[in-house]
Amino acid sequence: MIPLVSLTDIAVPLLRENIDTDAIIPSREMKTVSKTGLADGLFAGWRYRTLGGRDPDPDFVLNQPRFQGAQILIGGQNFGCGSSREHAIWALAEYGFRAIIAPSFSPIFRANCVRNGVAPIVLAQDAVEALATLAERGDPITIDIAARSVSAGSASWPFAIDDESRMMLMEGLDAIELTLKRRADIEAFRASDAGRRPWVYL
Amino acid sequence: MTARHALPRTLAVRLWDEHIVGTLDSGTDLVAIDRLLLHERTGGVALKSLDAAGRQVLAPAQVFATMDHIVDTFPGRSDDTLMPTGKAFLEATRDGARRHGITLFDLHDPRQGIVHVISPEQGIVLPGLTLICPDSHTCTQGAFGALAWGIGSTEAEHALATMTLRISRPRDMRITVDGALAPGVTAKDLALHIVARIGSAGAAGHLVEFAGSAVRALDMEARATLCNMATELAAFGAIIAPDETTLAYLKGRPYAPAGALWDRAADIWRTLRSDADAVFAAEHRIDAAEVGPMVSWGTSPQHAVPLDRPVPAFEALDNGDSRDAYDRAIAYMGIAPGTDLRTLPIDAAFIGSCTNSRISDLRRAAAILAGRHVAPGVKAICVPGSTQVKAAAEREGLDAIFRAAGFEWREAGCSMCFFAGGESFGPQQRVISSTNRNFESRQGPNTRTHLASPETVAASAIAGHIADPRHFGPLP
Ligand code: SF4
Repeated sequence: MIPLVSLTDIAVPLLRENIDTDAIIPSREMKTVSKTGLADGLFAGWRYRTLGGRDPDPDFVLNQPRFQGAQILIGGQNFGCGSSREHAIWALAEYGFRAIIAPSFSPIFRANCVRNGVAPIVLAQDAVEALATLAERGDPITIDIAARSVSAGSASWPFAIDDESRMMLMEGLDAIELTLKRRADIEAFRASDAGRRPWVYL
Repeated sequence: MTARHALPRTLAVRLWDEHIVGTLDSGTDLVAIDRLLLHERTGGVALKSLDAAGRQVLAPAQVFATMDHIVDTFPGRSDDTLMPTGKAFLEATRDGARRHGITLFDLHDPRQGIVHVISPEQGIVLPGLTLICPDSHTCTQGAFGALAWGIGSTEAEHALATMTLRISRPRDMRITVDGALAPGVTAKDLALHIVARIGSAGAAGHLVEFAGSAVRALDMEARATLCNMATELAAFGAIIAPDETTLAYLKGRPYAPAGALWDRAADIWRTLRSDADAVFAAEHRIDAAEVGPMVSWGTSPQHAVPLDRPVPAFEALDNGDSRDAYDRAIAYMGIAPGTDLRTLPIDAAFIGSCTNSRISDLRRAAAILAGRHVAPGVKAICVPGSTQVKAAAEREGLDAIFRAAGFEWREAGCSMCFFAGGESFGPQQRVISSTNRNFESRQGPNTRTHLASPETVAASAIAGHIADPRHFGPLP
């Protein structure tokens, strides 16, 4: 994964509440047993005029020329709710988003973001709205993972992120690789637990 | 015991503590996973990606896979499904399971079915276990006293390789439901009542323990229905402390311990409960007597009301929705504020899904359908949650009741609980459904879903409009 320490870019404002993973990537767009080839299907239900078609709806924010290439997305509360499909974050990442700012995320989606090198940034509703207004004007926004802060113009907002997620994002780490280094601890736990709870170990 | 363990703990905290392999530098724990479940929609990708990285499955005996999401549910089914390219998902899962020695409940296996229905049936979920699945409704299985939660495919890959997850501890929430549910009011109505009351992000970051006399009184299938909808509160997971009801359900199941080992396990399981003075980060109290049969009117499960109340006006809501979200929901559903939901004609009725497809659900629906017929023009479908449920229903003659009433009787699977890209109810079709999600296009492009209990679905199918099941007693 590509490390993400800080990022300055324009942002796409999409302030709807409860944007669910079916809306982010409709099931009809998940055609292969693969993590790629999904960017075209991102927000397909909102982005294209016809179902299953590819004729862009000019009213949808992602289709507006001024937001092309933006790496930051601003969403409403409970972003990424619904089905656990990881295709949602794969589609967002493949499209080019590296960070999502929202008042809250669904827990599975949030974990999927970090595992795929996309920063889930939680800010208070009023901060998110202020940033959306700036994004609407085309002002750049800076996300500093190292400093745990978002800034735009002269304003800045701190955000909370756990150390593990922050480190994984900043170093672009593969979690499995990291955990396999603790293989001995895992084996030891399993061996002693099998004595306590043998029915667990089929 | 250390002093830390002398502190009062919630059940979730106790189970979490027991599964910590190590603490990572950052407040995140490396947590041991006891059971990993896969299905063909997300499992195949995880297995393929694991192979691509040249990694092994650490403990295949603790991993189970099923075909439920994409698999066809028409009688006489095969690997071909209505979802274009669907077959590739079945094949990838089957190949991956075979290669890694994972138990697969394949298409024609009598144990096949929806992952959250078959896991309890087989005794795969047990009290005190950590159980994960790349599926958001994994919280269902917390009903059996396990720490059960949904993950993504990459985390599934992590668990396949290491039987652990790197994860931060959720906060604890308790939802206590005391009193008794009124006759004709079910666990599904209670779940919708709770989501409407607490909101679709109301338990974000929390693991919800359901407690109270009304929860204790539920049978295991009803508890599964209640826990199923915790994800609609954005909860990390849900749990109900195991009791004699839980143990009676699990005893003798194929993967549950037997003999002396059962006794040893049961002794421990009987101690699994939150300490009396444990502190929860958040608490809610619900009076069961206040719950009525519920139905959803909008495009989020929190958009639910007792079915004798009209569609609420925006001003009457207090759920975090903006005016824009409310207007979108009303327009999408083709309804107006103030509408009496019981006047809404329906085009289709669906009984199925990991929320309400178990034998008790089918029995209660059949009791309403017996001797009656669905209204003209209503497409009605029943999809049992597992092949075992289907077989049990057929032994009791329930299939004959459903068929005589005009319902299609299908093979087990998720079916039209969600739109996989193949079969759909159709644009603007109004569906009364025993499922858990009424999102835009959840059951097919631009389909309008109203969530309700199986009895409300059955009553509405007969009436041709949304109907109160309490007016459909058994025929003489
Ligand atoms: S029945 Fe529906 S909610 Fe349950 S696992 Fe299947 S698709 Fe998901």
